[in-house]
Amino acid sequence: MDAAAPKPKENQGEPLPRVDARLKVTGQAHYPADLPTANIAYGALATSSIARGKVTKLRLDDARAVPGLLDIVTYGDMDKVDKPKFGNSSATSVGPLHDRTIFHDGQIIALAVAETFEAAEEAAQLIRAEYDEEKPTASFDSPGTKTVAAAGKSPMFKEDVKAGDFDAAFAAAAVKIDQRYSTPTQHHNPIELFSTTAYWQGDQLVVHEPSQNVTGWKVELARQLKMDPAKVRIVSPFIGGAFGSKGPMTPRTAIVAVAAKRLGRPVRCVTSRMQAFGTQTYRAETRHRIRIGAGKDGRITAFAHEGWEVTSRPDLYVVGGTSATGRMYGYGSVLTHVSLVQADRNTPGYMRSPPETPYVYALENAMDEMAATLGMDPVEFRRINEPKTEPIGKKPFSSRSLIQCYDQAAEAFGWAKRDPKVGAMRDGDWLVGMGCATAIYPTAVAPCAARVRLTIDGDVRLQCGSHEIGTGVRTVAGQMASERLGVAIDRISVEMGDSSLPPAPVSGGSISTASVCSAVLKACDAIRTKLYAAATAEGGPLAGSHNEDFDLADGKIVAKSGASAKVEDVLKTMQVGAIEEYAEFAPKGATPEALKKLYAGTPEFHGGDQDEDSVKYAFGAEFVEVRVNRYTREIRVPRIVGAFAAGRIMNTRTARSQLMGGMIWGIGQALHEATEVDRRYARYVNRDLQDYLVPVNADIKDLQVILVPEVDHAVNPAGVKGLGELGNVGTAAAVASAVYHATGKRIRDLPIRIEQLLV
Amino acid sequence: MRPFIYEQPTDISAAVALASNFTTRDDQPTRANAQFIAGGTNLADYMKLGVAEPNRLLDLNRLEEQKLRQIRVTEDGIRFGALVRMGEAADHREVKARYPVIADSLRLAASGQIRNMASLAGNVLQRTRCEYFRETSWACNKRVPGSGCAAMDGFNRQHAVLGGSDACIATYHGDFAQALIALDAVVHAEGSRGARKIPFAKLHRQPGDTPHIETDLAADEIVTAIEVPALPWARRSLYLKIRDRESYAFALASAAVALDLDGETVREARIALGGVATVPWRASVAEDALQGKKLDEASAGAAADAAFAEAQPHQHNAFKIELGKRTLVRALLETRDMKV
Ligand SMILES: Cc1cc2nc3c(=O)[nH]c(=O)nc-3n(C[C@H](O)[C@H](O)[C@H](O)COP(=O)(O)OP(=O)(O)OC[C@H]3O[C@@H](n4cnc5c(N)ncnc54)[C@H](O)[C@@H]3O)c2cc1C
Ligand code: SF4
Repeated sequence: MDAAAPKPKENQGEPLPRVDARLKVTGQAHYPADLPTANIAYGALATSSIARGKVTKLRLDDARAVPGLLDIVTYGDMDKVDKPKFGNSSATSVGPLHDRTIFHDGQIIALAVAETFEAAEEAAQLIRAEYDEEKPTASFDSPGTKTVAAAGKSPMFKEDVKAGDFDAAFAAAAVKIDQRYSTPTQHHNPIELFSTTAYWQGDQLVVHEPSQNVTGWKVELARQLKMDPAKVRIVSPFIGGAFGSKGPMTPRTAIVAVAAKRLGRPVRCVTSRMQAFGTQTYRAETRHRIRIGAGKDGRITAFAHEGWEVTSRPDLYVVGGTSATGRMYGYGSVLTHVSLVQADRNTPGYMRSPPETPYVYALENAMDEMAATLGMDPVEFRRINEPKTEPIGKKPFSSRSLIQCYDQAAEAFGWAKRDPKVGAMRDGDWLVGMGCATAIYPTAVAPCAARVRLTIDGDVRLQCGSHEIGTGVRTVAGQMASERLGVAIDRISVEMGDSSLPPAPVSGGSISTASVCSAVLKACDAIRTKLYAAATAEGGPLAGSHNEDFDLADGKIVAKSGASAKVEDVLKTMQVGAIEEYAEFAPKGATPEALKKLYAGTPEFHGGDQDEDSVKYAFGAEFVEVRVNRYTREIRVPRIVGAFAAGRIMNTRTARSQLMGGMIWGIGQALHEATEVDRRYARYVNRDLQDYLVPVNADIKDLQVILVPEVDHAVNPAGVKGLGELGNVGTAAAVASAVYHATGKRIRDLPIRIEQLLV
Repeated sequence: MRPFIYEQPTDISAAVALASNFTTRDDQPTRANAQFIAGGTNLADYMKLGVAEPNRLLDLNRLEEQKLRQIRVTEDGIRFGALVRMGEAADHREVKARYPVIADSLRLAASGQIRNMASLAGNVLQRTRCEYFRETSWACNKRVPGSGCAAMDGFNRQHAVLGGSDACIATYHGDFAQALIALDAVVHAEGSRGARKIPFAKLHRQPGDTPHIETDLAADEIVTAIEVPALPWARRSLYLKIRDRESYAFALASAAVALDLDGETVREARIALGGVATVPWRASVAEDALQGKKLDEASAGAAADAAFAEAQPHQHNAFKIELGKRTLVRALLETRDMKV
C-alpha cells in the first residue's frame, strides 16, 4: 500500500481504486458538455457591464449580421416562463431576461445562438447594451448597504445560538481578547466550466448539465417552464469539480431550454471563465468579531461570535457558521449574532463547507491568539476546553475524537520540537513557524432511494440519482453493495447522475456517502432477506436452517453452521433471473413528509445540531509549518499534517483524497484565493485563473493525512460521517497561527499576503 | 472570436511583404490589421478575449531561415533566434553557464507547457496583463486610446510604481526582458525599410500620453534575433522573482543582477527590475550607487533606495516599493555569495 491507498485500520474499508478511474484518465468519461449531439447549435451569453440600473436599449444589429447566427434570446422571450425561486435548487430569484433591471455585475442580458461556437461568441460580444446606470453598492462599508439579522432568514439558520450570561462572564474574565477577522469573496472556479445542453424530444425536455442536484433541478426547471416534472430529465453523469457551485441551478438553464425549443434543435451553452464570476454563485465575504474570556487556568468562561456576511439585494443567502463555532468547545457562556449586509451583487451560495470555512477560521485564529495571550500551548489550550456536552443544548456528541486527532497529528508532525517562542525558529534566511487548528463539520444525512438488482449471472446493477462530483461516491456505493451481496466490485455497475434514477438528495453538506450508502444498504439487505427466505424455505437448498446468522460471500449464502448454497441455485428455485429491490431510506427522526420531499427535490437534512438525542460532528486537527523569507516575506508551506476522525471510512483511498484536496484548498484560502471587487462599480476584477490564484503543485510539498479510527452507530445505518468538507475547515487558521509563530504578526484578514508581512 | 485570415509565409521577406501589404506606416504592430503570431500564447488569448482584433494572422513558424531557431554562442556573445522556444533557451548548457540570469528568468516564467510553445521574440513582446486591459468592458487607454484608465483608481495591486503616467500604469510582466536589458542586449529586426539593430533599452516605450504605443517596432517589422554581448563576469548573475505562489505566477517584484566583484567590492553592477515598472527597467542609478563600494546589506539597501526614489504608489500597490527594494537587496547579496 502506498500513501495514496492507506492501510485500513479499525472500521475502515479497503482502498479500492475508483470504479471510473480508467474512464477519467483515458478521456472516455463524457462530461455534460462533451456529449456528442447531432445537429447541435451553440449559445453564448452576453452579460451586463454594470451592477445596478436598467437596460434602456439593446443593439442587436451587429450580432444579427454575424454569419451563422440563428437566434438571440433576450427580453420578452422568457415571458411565458416563470422566474426562478431562490432556495434549495435555485441560485437566485433574479430572472435576468424577465425584466430589464440589473441587479449585479455580469447579469445575463441575452443568449446568442449560432451554428458554431465561434460565431455565437462573436455575436454575443457584439451585443451592445445601453444603460440607465445607478451608483451601485459594492460591499461592506460602501454607501447604500442594508443590514438585516440573519436568524430565521434561511431554513438552515433558525436562530443565533446562545448559552448562559456572556456579558457577566466576559466582564469577570481574568484574560480576554476582542478581535476582528475577515474573509474575502471567493469563486469556486472548478476546472470544468459551467454549461447547459438542452434538447426536446416531443414534449420532453432533456438537459445535460453538471449538477449536484438532478432531482431538485428537474422539479425547479419544470416549475419555471410550467411543465410536468416527469417530462424533464437532468443528466449529469460526470462532474469536473463542483464544490457547491453546481448545487443550485442558475437562470441560464431555462434560457437554454427555451432557445432549444425555439430552434427545434439541441443548444449547448458553455459559460466562459470570466462570465462564471457573475452568473454563478460564490462564497460571500464575511467579517467577524470574536470575544473570548478565560480564567488564568485557560478555561474559557465566555465566548461571543458576531458575523457579518455580504448578500445580494433580492436574496438573503445566509452563511451562518455560529452553530458550529458556538458548540466547538466547553465555553461557560455563548453569545452569537449573524447579520446580512445587502449590496448590489449576485447572490452568493454554497462553497465547500460553506458556514464552517469562514466562521471556524475566525474562531480558530482567535483561539490561537487566546492561547498566546494566556502563554499556553495551543494544543493544551484546546485540551483544557474539551467539553463533556455541547454548550448550547447540553447534548452529548454522538462521538468526538478531537483529542485523538490532536495527539496523532501532533506526534506525526513533531510538535514537541517546536520552540514556543515567537520568531525563534530559523533556517538560514527563512523564519520558521508552526501552528495548528481544529476542523469540524456537522454530520448530516438525508432520505435517499436506490435500486439494486442482483442477477442469476452474479452481476449487480446499482442505480441512484446521486452525483459523482469527484468524491468517489460511485465507488463507495459499489463497495457497500459488494460487501452486502458478496459480489466482487468489478461485477457491479453503478449508475448515477440522472434524474430518471431513484432520487437522491443534493450532493452537498457532505451527506452523500452516508445517505447513499444507507439506501444501498437497505436495498441490499432486502435482497438478502429474500434470498435467505427462499434458500431456507421448503425445498430450498438450505431448507431447515432457519433464523441463523448468515452471510453472502463469493456468490454464495453461507450459514453460520457452515452450510452454504449458491445464489444462482437459490434464484433457480425461485424461478427468477434476478432480484431487484427499490429501497427508500429515511433517517431517524424523519418527518412523515420526508420521502415526499425527497421526490420533490427538497430533502430534509437530519443530524448535525438538529437531533434530539445528540449532536453529530466530525472532527480533525491540522498542523502546518510555514517559512517566511527574512527579506522578501513570501510565505511557503513545506509541511502540513491533518488527522481526522469521521466514523466509518468506506474507502481509505477516496477518503484521504478528499481530505488532502480540502487541506490544499485550505492552504489556498489562507494564502491565495480572493475575488477582488472594484468598489466603485461593484464589479469583479480578477475574473480568470491568471489573477484568481489557487495553489499549484509546487506550493504543496509534504502533506500527510491520518485517518483516526472511530465508530459511531448513532449517525446513520452506514455509520458514516461525511468528510468531503472537513479537510479545508481550520487550515487557514493553522496557517495564520504558523505565520504568527514565525513572524510575531497576527494576520486576521485573509488571504495572508506579502504586503501584510512587509510592514 | 472574430474570423480572420491565416497565412503561413515561408521566408522572412515574404512575411515582411505580406505585412507591409496589409499595414500602413503609422500602424502600431498591436493594432494593425495584419499581425505576426509565433507561439500564440499571448496573442491568441487576447484575440479570444476581443482585446486584439487582427483580421489577418501571419504565422512565423513556417519561415525557413534556420537561424531563427538557433542559439549561437560565439566569442562576441550569444545570439538567440527569434523563434527559439523559451524552454529550449532555459535548458541550454552554455546559457546556464555563461548567463545564469537569462536561464533563471526563463525557467521561472509561466509553465512548462507555455515555455515549450512560446518564442523568445513573442516573450519579449508580450503585452500587459492588466485586468482592466484584458476585459473589454472597462475603460482602458491602452486598448482604446482616450477612453480612460480604470486601473488608476481601481484595483491596482499588480500595477507599476515606476515608469507610469497619468494615462497608464500597466506593468510589463515579462521576466526574460529584465535579463536582456541588464546585459545590454540588442534586437535584430527586418522590415520593409530594411534590417536594423535596436538596443534592447529602446525597444519598449513608457506609456506617457500614448500607452497604446508599446514598442519601437513598425507593424511590418519582424524580430529575427536577440543578441547578448559577451560579458565574462555575467557568470555571477541571477534572477530573483518574488510572487504570490511558488510557480506559474507573474512577479510582484523581481531583480536581474550581474556583478563584477573585486573581493567584496563592486567593480561593475548590472541591475534590472521587474514586476514594478511599465517597461523592462534598468536601474542605472542603483548600479552607479554600488560602483566601487563594498557590497553589504547597507550598500545594497542604499542602492535599492536609489532605484525606487522616483516610485509612485497607488492605492493597492504601495507595498511594491518596499518589496522591490528588499528583492533587490536579497538578489544583490545572493549574487555576491554565488560560487562561480
Ligand atoms: C498563464 C500564463 C502565464 C505566464 N507567465 C509568465 C511569466 O511568469 N513570465 C513571463 O515572462 N511570461 C509569462 N507568460 C507570458 C508568455 O511568456 C508569453 O505569452 C509568451 O512568451 C509569448 O510568446 P509567443 O511566442 O507565444 O508570442 P505570441 O503570442 O505569438 O506573440 C506575442 C506578441 O509578439 C508578436 N510577435 C511574436 N513574434 C514576433 C516576431 N518574431 N517579430 C515581431 N513580432 C512578434 C506578436 O505579434 C504578438 O503581438 C505567461 C503566459 C500565460 C498564458
Ligand atoms: S493601466 Fe493601462 S492597461 Fe491598465 S486600464 Fe489603465 S490604461 Fe489600460
